[in-house]
Amino acid sequence: MNKKFLLLLFSLLALLVLALTPFIGMEKIPFDTILNFDSSNIHSDIFWRIRVPRILIAFISGSALAISGMAFQAMFRNALATPFTLGVSSGAAFGAALYVKIGFIFSLLGISGQTLFAFAGALVSIMLVYILSKVKKGFPVGTMLLAGVAINFFFSSFILFIQFISDFTNSFRIIRWLMGGFEVIGYSDIYNVIPFIIIGTIIIILLSTELNLLTLGEDVAVSRGVSLSKVKNILFFATSLMVSGVISVVGPIGFVGMMVPHISRLIIGADHRYLVLLNIIFGGAFLVLCDTLSRILIAPAEIPVGVITALLGGPFFIWLLIKSSNNNSI
Amino acid sequence: MSKILFNIENLSFSISKKEILKSLSLKIYEGDYLSIIGPNGGGKTTLIKCLIKIYQSPVNKIFFKEQPIEKIPQKKLASQISYVPQINETNFPFTAKEFLMLARYPHLSRFSSVTAADTKAVASAFDITNTTNLANRFMNTLSGGEKQMIFIAAAFAQGGEVILLDEPATFLDPKHEHNVYQILKTIHQETNKTIVTVTHNINSAILNSNRIALIKNGKLDFYGNSVDITKNNILEKAYNKKFTFIKHPASEKSIIVPEVV
Repeated sequence: MNKKFLLLLFSLLALLVLALTPFIGMEKIPFDTILNFDSSNIHSDIFWRIRVPRILIAFISGSALAISGMAFQAMFRNALATPFTLGVSSGAAFGAALYVKIGFIFSLLGISGQTLFAFAGALVSIMLVYILSKVKKGFPVGTMLLAGVAINFFFSSFILFIQFISDFTNSFRIIRWLMGGFEVIGYSDIYNVIPFIIIGTIIIILLSTELNLLTLGEDVAVSRGVSLSKVKNILFFATSLMVSGVISVVGPIGFVGMMVPHISRLIIGADHRYLVLLNIIFGGAFLVLCDTLSRILIAPAEIPVGVITALLGGPFFIWLLIKSSNNNSI
Repeated sequence: MSKILFNIENLSFSISKKEILKSLSLKIYEGDYLSIIGPNGGGKTTLIKCLIKIYQSPVNKIFFKEQPIEKIPQKKLASQISYVPQINETNFPFTAKEFLMLARYPHLSRFSSVTAADTKAVASAFDITNTTNLANRFMNTLSGGEKQMIFIAAAFAQGGEVILLDEPATFLDPKHEHNVYQILKTIHQETNKTIVTVTHNINSAILNSNRIALIKNGKLDFYGNSVDITKNNILEKAYNKKFTFIKHPASEKSIIVPEVV
């Protein structure tokens, strides 16, 4: 099927998801009340101050996690290598948890301290991944993944330690945040992360041809004229930006960056000029749907969205592992 | 003598602390068809990878058109030199045509799309390698021989004046092996590109290339006209093995005869 047609089709489906999901939930929102911007109208208030921001943040988080995962999969030429599986998410989570523990609230240039701490944590773990991939040229991806598991354990222990020395309130805040969720009110969190996501997304869109070349293998990419270390550094930087921005607000939501790019690749093919766009659309809509499930499955209580993505992602990971053992390409 | 393209001066190169190339010097001339032969592990592949900067050689050791290679931006280098790697089993998720279009990367600017020149280069690459019928096939559905042809076509489409090849015909059946050498010869004769190929097929080196470099233990053991490789026990010494020669009926050149064991 024509790739542009597929993109159009999925855009329409995503718009449909965005238009319908704010009406789904415990409180029924009559359609005519949403144009009433009077804050005394409870339905309008729920719609515009709670549901719409929540759905928007779920959408941009899903997009950012999906294209970050896509970039990692291309760089490492393996569907299992994503920021989450290589430990970048846990690094960011550690940074954010540390911020919660310190309890010293600050912001810089309008960016919250939690985002900055998450960014620092993501950078540290990305540096670890980067150094590991440099230690030996052609580090086998299996070894990279094991190293990611080790990095995950390492930061998880730190997070446990922070929880242990925190008081009950902070400890619960950290646990709840680690499960992932979009319980935002109003638009300030969106303003907080959107610059990170826009910059990262633009960088990755501009590098889509380089990503195509990287899937051919590093040697071939270099021989075609890719300045390898420069391109990889920029990609690492862009993914750290996006992943840490997202995680600082919504927590370490796993497996979106693995499932969405892989399914997108099956749908539209490996050409990253199209793939990146489908990931933005599909990743966003996917996470909005997961979040809607999290809101309605055991209503009035909520299942943390991280639990839902992990329940879907765990079996998916194992399926990929079995499938890719006899064919190691993406 | 024609112009020097590559001037390699006292190049030493180590991988994981093991010295692979030891003070190797070699000049590669424009328009040559150079075969690089030599025992396994001698450094042939390493040398080729240094020439296209997959490996970063020490400064002021390799000159391309009198310029130190490390000073040439990768994209500019790739617009003049292309490379065919050893056959690998990786499955690329692209069609042959998409794969060739990607080889035009050194000629693309970030914001422009495909130009008429790109389309033309890709079409003529399919043409010269007789692979136009494979254009819409996915790379992972091609046989080893077909895939190798597409790699050569991609190197041609890349548009440089030098093509480096690393054992392009190893593991291929006699027909596909013949096709590879045939097409290299056609490219060399019709477009006057410089061909530098690593090979273990000494007979093909003698018959098809005009010059041979023999690399052993990281050093240049022999460099000269291809027909001279059979003289003075050069091969015997290099491979530590006896060789028997016979005159090729058509070309009158001396070639190696397989032995009865």
